Amino acid sequence: MSEFTLVNATMADGSVTNVGVAAGVIKFIGNEVMGESIDAKGLVALPGFIDLHTHLREPGFEQSETVLSGSRAAALGGFTAVHAMANTMPVADTAGVVEQIKSLGDEAGLVQVQPIGAVTVGLGGERLAELGAMANSRAKVTIFSDDGKCVSDPLLMRRALAYVKSFDGVIAQHAQEPRLTENSQMHEGNVSAELGLAGWPAVAEESIIARDVLLAEATGSRLHICHLSTAGSVEIIRWAKRRGIKVTAEVTPHHLLLTDELARTYNPVYKVNPPLRTDADVKALREALVDGTIDIVATDHAPHPVEAKECEWAAAAFGMLGLETAASIAQLVLIDSGESNWQRFSEVMSLNPAAISKLADQGQLLEVGNVANITLINPAATRVISGGGASKSSNQPFEGIELPGTVIHTIYRGAFSVRDSKLAK
Amino acid sequence: MKHLVSVADLTREAAIAILDTSLEMSEVNDRDIKKLPTLRGKTVVNLFFEDSTRTRISFEVAAKRLSADVINFAAKGSSVSKGESLKDTAQTLEAIGADAVVIRHHASGAAHMLANSGWVKGSVINAGDGTHEHPTQALLDAFTLRSAIHTDARGKGLDGVSVAIVGDIAHSRVARSNLVLLKQLGAKVYLVGPPTLLPNALVKRADGFSYSLDEAISTFKLDAVMMLRVQLERMTAGFFPSEREYARIWGLNADRLALLGSETFVMHPGPMNRGLEIDAAAADSKNSLVLKQVANGVSVRMAVLYHLLSGGENE
Amino acid sequence: MQSRTVLTSSDIDRAVTRISHEILESNQGSQDLVILGIPTRGAILAKRIVDTIAKFESIDTDAVLGTLDITMHRDDLASKPTRNPAKTVIPAGGLDGKVVVLVDDVLFSGRTIRAALDALGDYGRPSAVRLAVLIDRGHRELPIRADFVGKNLPTSRDERIRVLLTESDTENEVVIEA
Repeated sequence: MSEFTLVNATMADGSVTNVGVAAGVIKFIGNEVMGESIDAKGLVALPGFIDLHTHLREPGFEQSETVLSGSRAAALGGFTAVHAMANTMPVADTAGVVEQIKSLGDEAGLVQVQPIGAVTVGLGGERLAELGAMANSRAKVTIFSDDGKCVSDPLLMRRALAYVKSFDGVIAQHAQEPRLTENSQMHEGNVSAELGLAGWPAVAEESIIARDVLLAEATGSRLHICHLSTAGSVEIIRWAKRRGIKVTAEVTPHHLLLTDELARTYNPVYKVNPPLRTDADVKALREALVDGTIDIVATDHAPHPVEAKECEWAAAAFGMLGLETAASIAQLVLIDSGESNWQRFSEVMSLNPAAISKLADQGQLLEVGNVANITLINPAATRVISGGGASKSSNQPFEGIELPGTVIHTIYRGAFSVRDSKLAK
Repeated sequence: MKHLVSVADLTREAAIAILDTSLEMSEVNDRDIKKLPTLRGKTVVNLFFEDSTRTRISFEVAAKRLSADVINFAAKGSSVSKGESLKDTAQTLEAIGADAVVIRHHASGAAHMLANSGWVKGSVINAGDGTHEHPTQALLDAFTLRSAIHTDARGKGLDGVSVAIVGDIAHSRVARSNLVLLKQLGAKVYLVGPPTLLPNALVKRADGFSYSLDEAISTFKLDAVMMLRVQLERMTAGFFPSEREYARIWGLNADRLALLGSETFVMHPGPMNRGLEIDAAAADSKNSLVLKQVANGVSVRMAVLYHLLSGGENE
Repeated sequence: MQSRTVLTSSDIDRAVTRISHEILESNQGSQDLVILGIPTRGAILAKRIVDTIAKFESIDTDAVLGTLDITMHRDDLASKPTRNPAKTVIPAGGLDGKVVVLVDDVLFSGRTIRAALDALGDYGRPSAVRLAVLIDRGHRELPIRADFVGKNLPTSRDERIRVLLTESDTENEVVIEA
């Protein structure tokens, strides 16, 4: 186990100090230097990031990504934990599959891979999967989601919300009314009407969220809404929280930056579920992230092979990469905009995700005694995004865009997973 | 001009130049020797992913009359049966050495993708991509209407002409292309149809709209009505309840034909559902331009092929 | 850029008159005569010629005068920007068995006339084809010669000849630019 000190690191509150790490734990915060001295001048030290929504594609779709390649991308993005969505093949709907995914993550050893369990068997939306078995397995699943598909049957959703109360689990809903989005390709609006692409109305998302927050109220359960994408959805979450409903919401980096105008290129790299929306929606989502209506940033990192994106729009797969660009976009929206600060950044990137997932030893403030999951960013650096990074796939929506902030070091359980912006092993 | 993917690619001048060239081409089509040497040695590939004998033949005749060589490639590429991908098909054509690819595809944006991908070096002509556009249809519609309205049409647009497009605007590539081109040429365009089939974004670009054909006829002083084909799949998807109701409210029947008056032209891109969106009385009336639309297809496509394939590197 | 006038308005008129008479003389009258001008200025000159002939012979000008656009038959389509074709009007009697006189403003490389001969073939089989030009400036690249010439004008290749006619320009004159 290594011993090192991050010298002159800037903390979230702006203070500049040294952080000493030994035996996987934060040993001290102060003026001393112990062990290897790492120059952290100009770098902001934050709790390691936690992604509540990643698609690692393994088992079943290893041509797009594996737990190992996804872990690499995550570590380079500053993440020390990712939650792997269940739409693998086989679907992660049994203790066996979730334990396998956790093992793969442990083997890769770069980030904590926490599996998410499916809500319904095979994501079929017909009957509940063995949620209890998954919760009690070595994977200790706390979040359940049919992401990729919506739990659209209201009765099934009600039962699922009630059932997970027994082990304080949470259902993460992919809000998409299937009947309103049959064969939908992009946001239903001015652009879709001109381009002749089938539209995806905002109400398809909002109607499910409205229904589910009321169900969560009725059952007294926790509810999490994945990838919020519309201004209307934000309003509903705001209303629900005011009423005391235990709902949390996430937003993806791409929904904080990109709009449906990009579809005019007919380039399927911009095809995503939920779709890119309008400027007004982007503005509402940014405001909600600042004011607390939205609790976390989650990437919805969705790698796809070249042939699924190098074709006509209607034939292309939905999804964008996101692990290596998320922190920069969060910085753009929260810090560089002047709208918020690094404390809020830590909340949306680390503290709140850990609280929703009840993940132990992650998403904690940088305090003496806590497990050393630390990410150091250079906020002053900028980079022009190019290619898919460490991911096996290259469906990069931010190609050619200049983004602020670079992850310099990622420390996972006291050891460097990323050092000087490169993988440590 | 290298590609014709969308009518929005054409300036007003370029569009009028194509219409004027079409005039000359239509004279060639009336002669005994219906042949010009202009595109000799050029290869035009008809890449049709959707069946369409009429449009394909129209392009084939157009290319042959300009002495080009024509290759017909009927590709099966539905999203259900994933055959050869668009990219692989395109690269095969490039190996054959196509100077122009005329593409009809069921996915909106397919022509745009082909033109911008770098997979083919030749010109790309959009013969209909999903519900997005059908530029040569709009050009032949404009050409037909222009010739009907102006005795000496050369150099003229459609300034001040009022046209109503009636029917399933939401899913019609013909409507989208016509809306842009007609306005580009100075016409006034009105959209008519059930609310479920009139998208807001397109209505905003038109000069007016109505949910009732009767109201449209009495309110807008129309020089032409363009009836769109109704696809019966829209009925099962709930856009309107039945054929009977559609025909009753939005069909161009004999009564409405009489209301239109003797000065208003009747148009239809074909094929027609006689008795549904258009009655025989209207389709066969003396004001019907439907047959001329079909005939003009070849002339207009000859003009498009000429303008795309004969220019030098200076463009 | 220097320019000098080589034909004044009166010079052009006299040339047109002489050519008109030469055509009639060579054809021994106006029988079976069809005069096709090559747009733009060849067509204007053709009309002037036919109008002049009409003063001396009783002819139906519509049966004699026409235009022949040669754009689609050019041999340089691939190397020049796209040109819009102009109107072709063949008199109702057609060309079979007729004596066709092609009219153009300037004869230079001869390629325009080659294209015109090609185009003619699409419309019929004249018994003879003759060529009338206002200016012959030499530098032929093909074995083509004019039967009726307004003025022979030796030029160097980089000089430019501009024929101006009031129907399409502001005045009548022919100018050489160096």
